[in-house]
Amino acid sequence: MAFNDILSLLMVSVGTFFMFVSSVGIIRLPDFYTRIHAMGKGDTFGIMLILFGLCIHEGFTLVTAKLILALVFVGVTNPVASHALARAALRYGLKPIFELSKKTLKGKGEADGNALGT
Amino acid sequence: MTDAFMVIANLLAVIIVIPLYRVMKGPTVFDRLLGVGAIGTKTLVIICLIGFIYGRAEMFLDIALVYAVLNFVSVIAIAEYFKSHKLDQ
Repeated sequence: MAFNDILSLLMVSVGTFFMFVSSVGIIRLPDFYTRIHAMGKGDTFGIMLILFGLCIHEGFTLVTAKLILALVFVGVTNPVASHALARAALRYGLKPIFELSKKTLKGKGEADGNALGT
Repeated sequence: MTDAFMVIANLLAVIIVIPLYRVMKGPTVFDRLLGVGAIGTKTLVIICLIGFIYGRAEMFLDIALVYAVLNFVSVIAIAEYFKSHKLDQ
């Protein structure tokens, strides 16, 4: 196994770990705004690491150019989509929670005090 | 190396189930939209990995680029649509 193969495999594995962590954050966090915090950072970092690892595996070809294009595109648009989603939720009237209630801390109920679409 | 990519793709396919729970259960429509965006991001990675597994990365990377654009535009459009429906409380 060459050095670049090991490096590529390491980066792809670490990126998969970050995607797993962001998915767990989407499930476990108590509020919409905290969930979008987990998704907007962890997912973007994970996908950028995975695509960069694939770049290292491929070398200098046309595939690398397309991979870098996808990497830059996702790195720009994923935070923009998260920001637009949070802004739309704020305009819609969804209020962030400012302190954790006992119900939320028990992990039993969701913070859906003003949810419309249940 | 192909086997390792196969393992990673299978792992990501299992990880996709976690945001799917949020899409099904999410209290508000924005939670569902957030889960859909997360699923789209992971699907993009799986498409890239499938391209490397089958040895036809050029074609699959074009599909992945189109999928990224589609995911972004759909999330933005649905968010803009639901922004105008204010709560009446």
